Amino acid sequence: MASKAPLLQVRNLRTHFHTRDGVVKAVDGVSFDLREGEALGIVGESGCGKSVSALSIMKLIPSPPGQVTAEGIVFEGQNLLPLNENQMRKVRGAKIAMVFQDPMTSLNPVLTVGWQICESLKLHLGMTQVQARARAIELLRVVGIPSPQDRIEDYPHQFSGGMRQRVMIAMAIACNPRLLIADEATTALDVTIQAQIIDLVKRLRGETGASVMWITHDLGIVAGLCDRVNVMYAGRLVESAPVRNIYYRPSHAYTLGLLQAVPRLDEGPKKRLLPIEGAPPDLIDMSSLCPFLPRCHLAQEICHHEPPRVREVEPHHTAACWTDMQRLWTEKS
Amino acid sequence: MKENDLLLQVEGLKVYFSLTEGLLFQRGGGAVKAVDGLDFSVRKGETLGLVGESGCGKSTTGQAILLLYPPTAGRVIFDGVNLCSLDARSLRRMRRQFQIVFQDPYASLNPRMTVGDILSEPLEVHGLARGKECTDRVRELLSLVGMPSHFAQRYPHELSGGQRQRIGVARALAVEPVFMVCDEPVSSLDVSIQSQIINLFEDLQERLGLTYLFISHDLSVVRHISDRVAVMYLGKIVELANRNDLYYYPLHPYTKALLSAVPIADPDVEAKRERIILKGEVPSPVNPPSGCHFRTRCPIAEPWCSEVEPEFRDIGEEHWAACHKI
Repeated sequence: MASKAPLLQVRNLRTHFHTRDGVVKAVDGVSFDLREGEALGIVGESGCGKSVSALSIMKLIPSPPGQVTAEGIVFEGQNLLPLNENQMRKVRGAKIAMVFQDPMTSLNPVLTVGWQICESLKLHLGMTQVQARARAIELLRVVGIPSPQDRIEDYPHQFSGGMRQRVMIAMAIACNPRLLIADEATTALDVTIQAQIIDLVKRLRGETGASVMWITHDLGIVAGLCDRVNVMYAGRLVESAPVRNIYYRPSHAYTLGLLQAVPRLDEGPKKRLLPIEGAPPDLIDMSSLCPFLPRCHLAQEICHHEPPRVREVEPHHTAACWTDMQRLWTEKS
Repeated sequence: MKENDLLLQVEGLKVYFSLTEGLLFQRGGGAVKAVDGLDFSVRKGETLGLVGESGCGKSTTGQAILLLYPPTAGRVIFDGVNLCSLDARSLRRMRRQFQIVFQDPYASLNPRMTVGDILSEPLEVHGLARGKECTDRVRELLSLVGMPSHFAQRYPHELSGGQRQRIGVARALAVEPVFMVCDEPVSSLDVSIQSQIINLFEDLQERLGLTYLFISHDLSVVRHISDRVAVMYLGKIVELANRNDLYYYPLHPYTKALLSAVPIADPDVEAKRERIILKGEVPSPVNPPSGCHFRTRCPIAEPWCSEVEPEFRDIGEEHWAACHKI
């Protein structure tokens, strides 16, 4: 795993929005790698910057008010930062594709789904209308839409929520992208439909070998789907580790807090939940200290004076927290 | 079980919304059978969880038992009184005893009223307090839901989602109800805030002896908070049992599929789980399938499931289910 070069390298990504009230640091110095074939989960609560990071990588942040800076967003060895809009269009859809939370607002309501799938096939792969149509039908079949040859002429409103999300996935995988970014792709769906979509993504990943970046607030989905997890809080990447380490040996007080706060389906006898007190901070005029400090029950003296550095707590596992929690887990086991 | 242990009895409850097409020349278009014959009861002091996917009729059920929607058929008996037989005035007097907390704390608080106004309105409507007494009560309510008293001067837009939901709870508590319908009260909140509100509900129940009907699509939350759980599918309850019985020994194929679909935040557990992936989607409640409503997606359906509607029956030890194959 470690020998392969990363598919995507993000270094010191900062996305700031200039508003009347001040500068909102939506993403503030995020660095991570995503390996070829890896499924990376990005976890955090609303406003933590997980979606904005993905949009920044895709260069979909409108400027102004947004301002994206980074030391590098390197995809397949190519730095995306200096690319202009035309060059970027060749990357989007073809190499990196995105599935959004709400399929109704991300599909064009006045065009048939067939038209919308064919568009990228013709644009990126230079297919003719006939070829594109045949491929579009094939894609709809792959994502599990019954009688695709009839449904291809239908408009988005004629599909249910789950089916629309399948259409979105068909569009996303149309050009065999190397990276599929799913931004809360199942949040609007019911659990039984969510299970269908996750099953589909797992199957497609096995077939195409594409990498997946799965953005969600649901720690359960990540546990079953991802190889690696990034935890974000208030615009910063607070912890990054292989999936088992995040759940069994978390090294940031926020990650631990999240895991303890969520009720589990396989919960035993009734016991009180341990909530994280307080609320996430305002992203305007943030101090450089740990953003979780006001809510942290593990905070120490040093947390009030010095911002935590991102450090490697064990191989492949980094965290930005002063508290040495690894010792805790080692003692426990 | 003794009769007087029951706070609420629902018998044969149906709520249909009629469909009409066209504005000038109205044609009948059938009816949405949102709730299609429910029988259940809620015991004093317990939390009954009501789970199901969107469109299964769980919210309509919650609102219909408070008579916010007129039931199409059936009876709702609250503390021995049939609510459906009451006239408007007596019903209004009864309403003090049962309240509702809504899902969206953004939409359910009037943006032009201060928190203080929002909380004193029910006190005035029911003639419970006036003037200084009212201000004291508002302060008391705020402290009950863990908010400082100076929040009475604030407007809803100045509050976070979690704080708004606390105000929603405080407003429901203003009239000292004995029963609360909680309709997806934590679904729009972030995970770290969700647990704060869940704990608040549990604390209030312990302190005030409240009875809850807790409606949610989140099976983990419902498991955590409920004593008994009812599972709804397409306007009907398919299974109802004690929390542990339902989650450890689900009987109905829909409950089994639903439970298997919920992801668990534990990689080793996830790796070992077997998912029952249901095919297709929930049929339209305008024209539900004949016989068992679930049969079109059921992995174990037999031909006769389409002919006879399964009876909702006690399988043993108050574990109720509606399936031919149990």
